[in-house]
Amino acid sequence: MEILVASAIGILTAAGLYLVMRLRTFPVILGISLLTYAVNVFLFASGRLTIGSPGILRSGVDVYADPLPQALVLTAIVISFGMTAVVVMIALGAYLGSDDDHVDDPTEGPEAQPETEERT
Amino acid sequence: MTHWIVAPVMLPAILAPFIVLAARYHIGIQRVVSLAGVVGLIAITAGLAWQASDGSIALYQLGDWAAPFGIVLVGDRLSTMMVLLTAVLGFFVLLYAVSSGWDRKGRHFHALYQFQLMGIMGAFLTGDLFNLFVFFEVLLIASYGLMIHAGGNERLRAGVQYVLYNLLGSTLFLFALGSIYAEAGTLNMADLAQRVTLIGPEATVGIRVAAVLLLLVFAIKAAVVPLHFWLPSSYAEAPAPVAALFAIMTKVGAYAIIRVYTMVFPPELEATAGLHTLWLLPAALASLAIGMIGVLAARTLDRLVAFSVIGSMGMVMISIALFTPDGIAAALYYIVHSTLAAAALFLIVDLVRSGRGGSLRLTAMPPMTGAALTAALFFVAAIAMTGLPPLSGFVGKLLILDAAFTSPLVVWTWATILGASLVSIVGFARAGSIVFWKAQSITPPEDATAPPAAPAALSYVAVGGLVALLAAHTVFAGPMTGYTAAISDQLFSPEPYISTVMDTPGKLSPPQEAN
Repeated sequence: MEILVASAIGILTAAGLYLVMRLRTFPVILGISLLTYAVNVFLFASGRLTIGSPGILRSGVDVYADPLPQALVLTAIVISFGMTAVVVMIALGAYLGSDDDHVDDPTEGPEAQPETEERT
Repeated sequence: MTHWIVAPVMLPAILAPFIVLAARYHIGIQRVVSLAGVVGLIAITAGLAWQASDGSIALYQLGDWAAPFGIVLVGDRLSTMMVLLTAVLGFFVLLYAVSSGWDRKGRHFHALYQFQLMGIMGAFLTGDLFNLFVFFEVLLIASYGLMIHAGGNERLRAGVQYVLYNLLGSTLFLFALGSIYAEAGTLNMADLAQRVTLIGPEATVGIRVAAVLLLLVFAIKAAVVPLHFWLPSSYAEAPAPVAALFAIMTKVGAYAIIRVYTMVFPPELEATAGLHTLWLLPAALASLAIGMIGVLAARTLDRLVAFSVIGSMGMVMISIALFTPDGIAAALYYIVHSTLAAAALFLIVDLVRSGRGGSLRLTAMPPMTGAALTAALFFVAAIAMTGLPPLSGFVGKLLILDAAFTSPLVVWTWATILGASLVSIVGFARAGSIVFWKAQSITPPEDATAPPAAPAALSYVAVGGLVALLAAHTVFAGPMTGYTAAISDQLFSPEPYISTVMDTPGKLSPPQEAN
């Protein structure tokens, strides 16, 4: 099970990083979503992987599931969900305004624009 | 247990929804509530700082749960000084936002501003790493809204970069927290400080990875080269009062590095020996050099100031990277100075922008309105930022040079600091002479429209207030350095902090005592 979880985290992270480096808003946002999935699974795994064990203290049980990572994951999911919504809205606004969905700076540089305004 | 220490977080948290819900369409009420809230914050945080100044450590257990299980807020000398600095900065920046009319150019400025203050205050006060992450997210999500306040294509594009970069940073933060939890089984800083000492030399791989990941996250926040790429565009494109408030956000990263790497992973800790002490100093030197070269290369005034922020963070990080009591004390003095100077410069840039009718390009243009006072303020703030005598930048630089004297990289450090100072002086002098002096030789064109109205007097009060604080920071350099030395002493003997957090009884007694 460790290999399965570890490779799932690895593949998600690799795919997410690849998409982030595409430098256009849609792939980058998808890539960040994949990265947040990867980190959520990673947080689960940080409490050790157990199957069918209780999360609350009981008599006669030796192996417990750690309940804290589950609380951490819940917080992380909520935050990443909200953040993704925010970035989708801002990216849409930037795309609709400038008709360009590149994430990096335009090659001519943003400061070239006032100059053309002065000339016309 | 008094409840005052949670008030800097709670007050903005209550005011922000009030502004959104009750005063949505009344900018006057919003302004009054927001300003009153910040004045209240100054009073509360000054009280907390006074309380902590005798070296006592205030602890607040949320919900009265005992330390490793519940979340704690801790007010020691360092955190109370930082929250006081935030409140004072927040007041002057808000005054400027109100007087210059920036808060009218979009909606919900005041609510987002209060949420931003709440996040910053929480990040300084919390004693729990996961709670630090949550407060980082609170301040970030408010900053996303403030960053694109008043809209515009350039601003939205810079906003996308800023948000995406910080989302990646947050993901990295979670990876770091996950690996720390997997290794140590706790995220409470005091508990963590005790537990990492128990890790044997044969099992240090995980905790070393975690320590480096965490350092990377904080370095992103502090804009240390090579993780600084988010800063120039976003600070230059952000509305001026927002950029001025952001001057404290890079310091949140510096604060987190100071806190975690003096208490949890101190330099003498065997498990993580030779990690951050090895890499942080060269990175900080590179930040200083690249920031100040950027000052020289910038073609607009706002980018010039943004690069000078990178440079001054480089100075702060050089001093932190020494990890000696003298170094941390000098870094704290410089943090206060650099926050005030950067905020003042961003506001002055906005005065120049409104005086020149919107352009910040470093080319000669006809004389602007209100030039004399703006120019005077610019030169004072530039002198402070570049570290020329007689202002606090010079005192701070001397302290850092003195603290670096024992470092093995002393030659590199001195050469970089002195060289970068020269470069930044040339950069600022060039910008100032083009913007203010060359303007005298240019006659306005015949068909010139009426010059833009001079900025409101209250704007000059706000900027003047920040500059006056810089002057006070210089005049009272003696008491201030004494106090930062006391802070640094407290940081390097963390036993009272740890025992206060861990030994204060709470609602949950350990299971063996309950039986």
